[in-house]
Amino acid sequence: MSARPLTPTAALRDAALSTLVAFGLFCALIGLKLTPTDAGMKLTDRPAALAIILGAVFVGRLLMLGWRAWRPAGTPSPRLLAEGVTRAGRYVGPVFLLLALTLPLYSGRYVIDVGILVLTYVMLGWGLNIVVGLAGLLDLGYVAFYAVGAYSYALISTTFHVGFWTALPVAGLLAACWGVMLGFPVLRLRGDYLAIVTLAFGEIIRVVLINWTNFTGGPNGVSDIPRPTLFGLKFTGSGDPDTFAAFFHVPYSVTQRFVFLYYVILGLALLTNWVSLRLRRLPLGRAWEALREDEIACRALGINVTITKLTAFAMGALFGGFAGAFFATRQGFVSPESFTFIESALVLSIVVLGGLGSQLGVALAALVMIGGTELFRDFAEYRMLIFGVALVVMMVLRPRGLVSGRTPSIALGARKQIAAELVAQGRG
Amino acid sequence: MPALLRLEGVTAFYGAIQALKGVDLEVNQGEIVTLIGANGAGKSTLMMTICGTPRARHGSIRYDGQDITQLATHEIMRRGLAQSPEGRRIFPRMTVHENLLMGARGHKPAEAEAAMAEVFALFPRLKERLAQRGGTLSGGEQQMLAIGRALMSRPRLLLLDEPSLGLAPLVVRQIFGAIRELNRATGLTVLLVEQNAFQALRLAHRGYVLVNGAITMAGTGADLLARPEIRAAYLEGGH
Repeated sequence: MSARPLTPTAALRDAALSTLVAFGLFCALIGLKLTPTDAGMKLTDRPAALAIILGAVFVGRLLMLGWRAWRPAGTPSPRLLAEGVTRAGRYVGPVFLLLALTLPLYSGRYVIDVGILVLTYVMLGWGLNIVVGLAGLLDLGYVAFYAVGAYSYALISTTFHVGFWTALPVAGLLAACWGVMLGFPVLRLRGDYLAIVTLAFGEIIRVVLINWTNFTGGPNGVSDIPRPTLFGLKFTGSGDPDTFAAFFHVPYSVTQRFVFLYYVILGLALLTNWVSLRLRRLPLGRAWEALREDEIACRALGINVTITKLTAFAMGALFGGFAGAFFATRQGFVSPESFTFIESALVLSIVVLGGLGSQLGVALAALVMIGGTELFRDFAEYRMLIFGVALVVMMVLRPRGLVSGRTPSIALGARKQIAAELVAQGRG
Repeated sequence: MPALLRLEGVTAFYGAIQALKGVDLEVNQGEIVTLIGANGAGKSTLMMTICGTPRARHGSIRYDGQDITQLATHEIMRRGLAQSPEGRRIFPRMTVHENLLMGARGHKPAEAEAAMAEVFALFPRLKERLAQRGGTLSGGEQQMLAIGRALMSRPRLLLLDEPSLGLAPLVVRQIFGAIRELNRATGLTVLLVEQNAFQALRLAHRGYVLVNGAITMAGTGADLLARPEIRAAYLEGGH
């Protein structure tokens, strides 16, 4: 954003235009109000509220233009700030890890519960990051693998009476198989077309779950899913010798199960992170990134594009499946309602907001998006508005995500971060 | 001695459009062979068809005595061919180092190290730029990177598609010098596609002229350079 010469007339015209747009937007949203009365709904108009909003837009736009035109020299531009954030990332990561590891020591049950939710999305984000961030394959149906993992665990554990730790790998592998099955038909697709097919795939899985009643329980879902155990120790208050409380001779409390679940998902999320970081340094991970950059060049170098794409889908799906199995065991109940498109969209926005390919960015974005949702629970009706505004502001200030920039997968000597502005915008 | 690469009656199609109309071509071990032709003559298609995308519809492509016509692209590329594609197609967000390693795919680390040392000997500039992102290199450096990346697999046959595209004359001379040096020192066989006919024919042992998907002339580089119809069509700016 360079300073342009700005005449007062131009500024006024610009501000007036913004106000006009705001009027179009808020005319019905703010200006009209429906109030329920005994005789039915009553429509009232609120010209004062509308005028205040429009006035705020007008003045705000003028101030913004003024700031842009006469910004004092030496003020850090958004770009420099962004670089600072990227640099600070090196220290932020370990600090967050430490906070995450110690969280149950000083928090109550509610915070731990929110932590479990955030970590589930961190894990989903990291899983999707393999597909979208590294391999550059836009997947709008990621929730399908989450659903496959959740239902796999739910059905396996309730049918064959096996525990969480036995069923977890099976659930992950089944999800990975579905990843490959999605991969085959979309091998030749790119960009928009790929996105649409993956979107459809996500919906197909959900519709099948709803309609295949005698296998999945249809809309009623699957209930009484067994809880995970710690080496066979249950987290119940029955007082049996195989419960956690009785074995360690501590008084039983519900929080114990939450703390345990918290560490399970933290472990799973860290596993996802470790595997993605390892893979990035291996030829396979580099091939994913090369594929994102230029598919034709990859072919010319003798890379088997089919295998490379399918492994990316399978790896992403594997972790989606793990997260799904965890979701099922945490809830004790699964139903198709939990796996709607909005979940895919949420995970994808976490990845995009965090910065495609950035592990730390995805974790921060999940914290902001999911933790933020919890924080604003009291203002439930404004929640989506706040998020909409936050997303727009983010995309204006940091179009490449919170933590943009790419660390080379191999380097001699000092590692050099590739600066954010050099990372192609909007491309994987 | 049989030719390293032999094409017989190769045709290729893009949908309904026939891009190659029965091409016969031979590249012998240790030769630099150039293929010249105007825009849209099918030069790049020929290069791509050798690599299997698009696949030849008729005819046969034999490499090192074996029929590779029906093989998948990645299988063909693992037999000792390497291509530096048209427009360079380096990986812009990856570093020079990563770009080079992509070329060494499937090789052991020690072999990749040795191959990289050879590439640096040929293009010392790449060594200086090792940690730099591919997209920030100049055009000439990117071309060096594209050739270096192809050489990382230590090929017997190097396919070079328009290495002079969009480069300053001085840089073109530098690149062509490197190709000649490589051929002389290691005996690397090169098939070079060029619009820059004058320089390409001077570099090559033999040349072919491709017009509308068919070979119309063949001969030694010097022979083709001397022909008046070549001079008129490709060297003196005439069309």
